[in-house]
Amino acid sequence: MTNPPSASTRRASEPLVSVRDLEVTFRTQGGDIHAVRGISFDIFPGETVAIVGESGSGKSTTATALIKLLPGSGRISAGQVLVEGRDITGLSDRQMASIRGGVIGYVPQDPMSNLNPVWSVGYQVREAIRANGVASGRKDIEARSIEVLKQAGLGDAERRTKQYPHQFSGGMRQRVLIGIGLGADPKLLIADEPTSALDVTVQKTILDHLASLTREKQAALLLITHDLGLAAERASKLIVMNQGRIVEAGPSLEILQNPQHPYTKRLIAAAPSLASRRIQSSTEVTFADADALGVDIAKLAARHDDDSAIADAEPAITVSDLTKVYSIRRGGFSSEPLTAVDNISFTIPRGTTLALVGESGSGKSTAAKMILGLEPPTSGEITVGGTRLTGVSRSQLFNLRSRMQPVFQDPYASLDPQRSIGAIIAEPLKVHKVGDNASRDARVVELLEQVALPSALAHRYPNELSGGQRQRVAVARALALKPEVVVLDEAVSALDVLVQAQILQLLADLQQELGLTYLFITHDLAVVRIVADSVAVMEAGKIVETGTTDEIFDNAQVAYTQRLLEAIPGAGIPLGA
Amino acid sequence: MSERANDHYVAPVEETAPQAIDSVKLGDRKSNLWLDAWRDLRRRPLFYVAVAIVLWVGAMALFPTLFTDVPPNNDCLLANSNGGPEAGHPLGFTRQGCDVYARVVWGARTSLLVGVLVVVITAAIGIPMGAIAGFYGRWIDSVLSRVGDIFFSIPYFLAAVVVMSVLSQYRNVLVISVAIGGFAWASLARILRAEVLQVKNLEYVMASEAVGRSRFSTLLRHVLPNSLTPVIVYLTIALGAAITAEATLSFLGVGLGSDVMSWGNDIAQAQTSIRTAPMALFWPSLALTITVLAFIILGELVRDALDPKARARR
Amino acid sequence: MLMYVVRRLLQAIPVFFGTTFLIYFMVFAMPGDPILALFGEKTPNPAVLEALREQYHLDQPFIVQYFLYMKDVFTGNFGTTFSGQDVGDVLARTFPVTLKLVIMAVVLEFLLAVIIGLISGLRQGKFFDNSSLVIALVLNSVPVFVALFLAQYFIGIKLGWAPPTVGANTTWAAMFLPALVIALTIYVTGMRLMRGSVIEARDADYVRTAQAKGLTSRRVVPVHIARNSLIPVITNTAASFGALIAGTTVTEGIFNIPGVGRTLYQAIILGEGPTVVTFVTILTVIYVIVNILVDLLYAVLDPRIRYV
Repeated sequence: MTNPPSASTRRASEPLVSVRDLEVTFRTQGGDIHAVRGISFDIFPGETVAIVGESGSGKSTTATALIKLLPGSGRISAGQVLVEGRDITGLSDRQMASIRGGVIGYVPQDPMSNLNPVWSVGYQVREAIRANGVASGRKDIEARSIEVLKQAGLGDAERRTKQYPHQFSGGMRQRVLIGIGLGADPKLLIADEPTSALDVTVQKTILDHLASLTREKQAALLLITHDLGLAAERASKLIVMNQGRIVEAGPSLEILQNPQHPYTKRLIAAAPSLASRRIQSSTEVTFADADALGVDIAKLAARHDDDSAIADAEPAITVSDLTKVYSIRRGGFSSEPLTAVDNISFTIPRGTTLALVGESGSGKSTAAKMILGLEPPTSGEITVGGTRLTGVSRSQLFNLRSRMQPVFQDPYASLDPQRSIGAIIAEPLKVHKVGDNASRDARVVELLEQVALPSALAHRYPNELSGGQRQRVAVARALALKPEVVVLDEAVSALDVLVQAQILQLLADLQQELGLTYLFITHDLAVVRIVADSVAVMEAGKIVETGTTDEIFDNAQVAYTQRLLEAIPGAGIPLGA
Repeated sequence: MSERANDHYVAPVEETAPQAIDSVKLGDRKSNLWLDAWRDLRRRPLFYVAVAIVLWVGAMALFPTLFTDVPPNNDCLLANSNGGPEAGHPLGFTRQGCDVYARVVWGARTSLLVGVLVVVITAAIGIPMGAIAGFYGRWIDSVLSRVGDIFFSIPYFLAAVVVMSVLSQYRNVLVISVAIGGFAWASLARILRAEVLQVKNLEYVMASEAVGRSRFSTLLRHVLPNSLTPVIVYLTIALGAAITAEATLSFLGVGLGSDVMSWGNDIAQAQTSIRTAPMALFWPSLALTITVLAFIILGELVRDALDPKARARR
Repeated sequence: MLMYVVRRLLQAIPVFFGTTFLIYFMVFAMPGDPILALFGEKTPNPAVLEALREQYHLDQPFIVQYFLYMKDVFTGNFGTTFSGQDVGDVLARTFPVTLKLVIMAVVLEFLLAVIIGLISGLRQGKFFDNSSLVIALVLNSVPVFVALFLAQYFIGIKLGWAPPTVGANTTWAAMFLPALVIALTIYVTGMRLMRGSVIEARDADYVRTAQAKGLTSRRVVPVHIARNSLIPVITNTAASFGALIAGTTVTEGIFNIPGVGRTLYQAIILGEGPTVVTFVTILTVIYVIVNILVDLLYAVLDPRIRYV
């Protein structure tokens, strides 16, 4: 540069953080694992950059490499990380301490585990302030910590600093963590999935707050997320990672509207929040590549629109006035009633899907347990295919169970790790004494085929399978007794987007093929748009609104539903226009 | 440089081609918790050492005549009192003139038998108590847990002292095992209850009940097998501890009758001549220590092997 | 916190009666004459026998016997020992000595557990970790009475570094050797707890957050790793305090320390059954009380229990 520009513009045009050919390696018993394989990118002062990827893409590893806090045996094996022009890869722990907090702040993913349970919240904030020399003297530090928490949106901060983390809700803890991250006015804030553990509505307020705070403090923001919609909505620049490499990077809108790399195309095709947009705008976007994979969320959703005519079919399941009251121990001796499910009623026509939507604590999972006969209702009635499920004898209930089967949320807890896949799928047949050993084995093979898994799996154990494959096995087990109704309790919530799309596709195919009725319980409205024919929204134990999917999405009547809809990330992005 | 922010970078597709979504990749060997744990154990040299010691002591207990020609109780000649090693009697003699080596060999049977019996009794009471309390909860849990608390709150060594004092006419292997195991089960029940409480809330347990499997059958088939890790570890270590407890009781004179050959009795008898013939005390003590150590090490190794997190960290 | 304390105390009531009843039951519900059974092969003289029958209210039905006995215990009437001394007097003389010994042993155990456990945890899988584990396991495998004999013989008699027996001289210095031996044979549990929770804490999210704030390891290790790891170690140590009070029988017997344990030791050795039962009951009650205090201590250390 022969003609240097003025100081201010030069600062603005020089990257704050510059990553060059970064490689991160983890040493394990089975050899080295290259989690990040030579990536380069820049973050400029004040800008918001998002790294998007599935689990295992190396996005979180990249984030922790920037502050040299790689977990376990991880180390930077090649490349440079330049922070304000200074390579940090060779710095000592002491030198890094001066960069962490002061230059680069960090907001972690899980608010439940990221605050030390034995220290008060105020102590943990003050510690951050003191370490970075932002204030000195007990009084100043105290005042500063309260100010920081107030900025992070924590009401009544003076009193709350004396409390302990377990007395805070998840959202409040995340605010504290944001306060800690921004406490020393860093130039860059790394936010690693800052809201994925929170309810959708809380998610939105936290992200809004994070955005306005970083803007105010003119800090750059590096957002790590699995959610393409959220990334595009919040960041001006996107970096898409897959298997430790950057596959595509550039301005958010451009990437979303004009993706070039096949992997990016795939991600966009599979993202439920973006798909719903496409249907509403009824714009025809085709991605040849996504077609070839058989995974296109938009098509899946469109199919539902076609056969919504069956809405008048006879009900497969009817729930009326279902109520569950628990008695909760208060302190020591008195107990008080807690109404988890409050007088809910709905019907699901045969062959269709009803989505029961709600945030944590809304009572949706309790409702599912009652319908599955795992929890006796306090009052109310459940009828499946005309037969009452409530108030029947034990043996009658046993027979009725085959008509209704569950798929649960956690792929890692839903299969008994000590049974082979074949034994797991055959368990319902065995319990109900269906067929002999040979016919049961044949049925297991058939079921594995139905969920698109190789039959060789029958003799293997769950620990060799990925999360998505485990959920397929759970679906196969649920189908073993040829049930009429399948209760899907957050069945895809724990899965990566591409796998999620694949499972949703499978579920849709099975529904058509076998005429199944689904009760789809979820917190994720974006997915609802794709899979459900009708929707029931739950809040605090009550159903506050019901309707067809279109009615709810286009014309929600209740404020709560509207808030939920607004909170879907990426909903406001003009796409493929 | 500033345009770089607006660059639209696309990686060469040949190098970064996306892979099939969620394809099934199976290893060439079957793998589950027990198989993996077994493979892990077989890689650790200490495991072989511990197993060898246990087998060695087991062989002494089952076939003592393979190890010594000296019959158990006769052949003690006061003339040999506190004698040093000599041909055929490698470890010398006790104060009563008995062959130390032979007594160590014959004593293995008693010690090991007590250990095994205590473990059987502990498991027979502790496993049902802990599993039922944890799984069924409510009043059953309250009742069983309070009963457990009571047994837990009497240090089992003191309890055994009382039992053995009362039953002074019946000081045999079975009675001492009941005296120890009859109180040691409470810890096991606590440990298992805590584990069952965690496992019973896992989704595969709910799935099993949603299919219609009975509660009890679910407990046996899914919950118990997945709660056994801490039980196995506890019982392995308890076996060693029981051997020590027997020796201590015998040492106090409320253990086995003095006519029974056990390491504890030998140590107790040798203590009176500790200054003149310390080796008569040393050898049974060493046998006892090594045996207990072998079981403790086995317990530690099994704990490690059954914990995938610990395995990954190594 | 208050609710927690009240609940814990209420829970202790059935345990208190249960344990004492169980001991009483084991002795007096046996078929035959319980007093005679307690004497084993010995034949006591008729006067002693009669006094004991009186003390244990053997003319009453069993359950009444128990409650009368409990009433005596509560009113401080523990009866007399075999040699005719008042049990209350014996306790007043011997308990302080036992307490002194146990406090010393527990402090030593705690220091060993925390220091070695912390270093092991921070250097997991390294030489220090492996060798300290092996040493601790070996020490743990040696039966206490063997360890005490070895210490008495080598350090007390051969080297003469410490008095081989304590006797009437119950100073801290005189009891240091037996206290150290006890600590060495039991510290492995606390050390493993400390090591385990240090390893867990080291990988915990909140430690990474603390580092991300800009704290150096000189601050992270004591404030965020050690502080959290201490909770289980402290409660374990406190629990071993109770167990040790109950378990000093062998130690005090071998080192001839005039504490509660030696009184029990002599009663056992001499076959004085009724005295054994009395002291076992007293030690069990102390154990129960210490365990309650341990649980309350837990609440003080862990804010998650303190503020429910």
